[in-house]
Amino acid sequence: MVNIIWVALAAIGIIYAFFNGTIEEVNEVIFSSAQDAVALTISLVSVLVFWLGLMRIAEKAGLLDKLAYVFRPIFTRLFPEIPANHPAMGYILSNFSANLFGLGNAATPLGIKAMHEMKKLNNDSIEASRSMITFLALNTSSVTLVPTTIIAIRMQYDSMAPTEIVSSTIIATFISTIGAILIDRYFHYQRQRRLI
Amino acid sequence: MLVHISNWIIPLIILTVLLYGTFKKVPTYETFVEGGKEGVKMAVSLLPFLLGMIVSISIFRASGALDAFVNLIDPVLSIFNIPSEIVPLAVTRPISGTASLSIATDLIKTEGPDSFVGQLASTMQGSTDTTLYVLTVYFGAVGIKKMGNALKVGLLADFVGIIASLFVCYLIFGS
Repeated sequence: MVNIIWVALAAIGIIYAFFNGTIEEVNEVIFSSAQDAVALTISLVSVLVFWLGLMRIAEKAGLLDKLAYVFRPIFTRLFPEIPANHPAMGYILSNFSANLFGLGNAATPLGIKAMHEMKKLNNDSIEASRSMITFLALNTSSVTLVPTTIIAIRMQYDSMAPTEIVSSTIIATFISTIGAILIDRYFHYQRQRRLI
Repeated sequence: MLVHISNWIIPLIILTVLLYGTFKKVPTYETFVEGGKEGVKMAVSLLPFLLGMIVSISIFRASGALDAFVNLIDPVLSIFNIPSEIVPLAVTRPISGTASLSIATDLIKTEGPDSFVGQLASTMQGSTDTTLYVLTVYFGAVGIKKMGNALKVGLLADFVGIIASLFVCYLIFGS
């Protein structure tokens, strides 16, 4: 999919430039935008190093586990098919806390472990279980406290208030997560009704 | 009000982590450096992805094709008071993380980070994840062949996220 998007954008752009007479602009932007991307990456380094460094401290101090503990009661309701002290629940909670702190790289392996455990609970079926779909719905709506990458990009382009989007992002994330849970529940009950 | 809260969130998180880490006797500075190294690796490994995508999107914009597309859909979207510049981002967000990040970057650069479109793009990019990526990675890793409703649920949740971003940005930043 990403291959198609990538080629289509460049190909349509170049062909359109032929007819639109903008080939000069296109020619110029190919090199200047590549340079932009490098400058952007350098500004990303600053924020990522700081944030990942700080979050490593949070991880070592056990803050992530603390957070998982706080969210446990909500999650046992969200995943009624998983026994409260099953390892799957632990992995789901740590995946969620890692995402909350913007630790995407740490969250992914935990999420995969959670999926493994949920597959075991589902008798190793190749079909997605109810808990798996709920878990994916939670992950795609991504609950993040601090959108670090976006803050870095805003800084790079001289924002007067790079972090002013933190509250809007948290609220939007919250709404989309609630939405994801409701949609997931709706489809689940609809399917159950059909089976009866 | 909410803008002020935004300014407080990050310093408060930093303070909490540093004090709690010290309290738990974590070697804070050394741990910070260790974690920071991962940040360098992450940014560097992101470079080729971002560079490729940003060049492609810049070509699309410089040719005038992007403006033509935006002008085409503008009459419909202006009825709902939606800035049409945001549509390419909304469409690619669930499909590709780097493509949408590059589009968001392009919007922040051309429209300005503190413009309404810039704030909206930032919120949209930050508030949802790439559904297709999440599905492929998680289902792929454990060999799930039948996805059930997962894709439908994920895409609908993205739609809710996009509408929520619009709504929240109008409320907080106005225009």
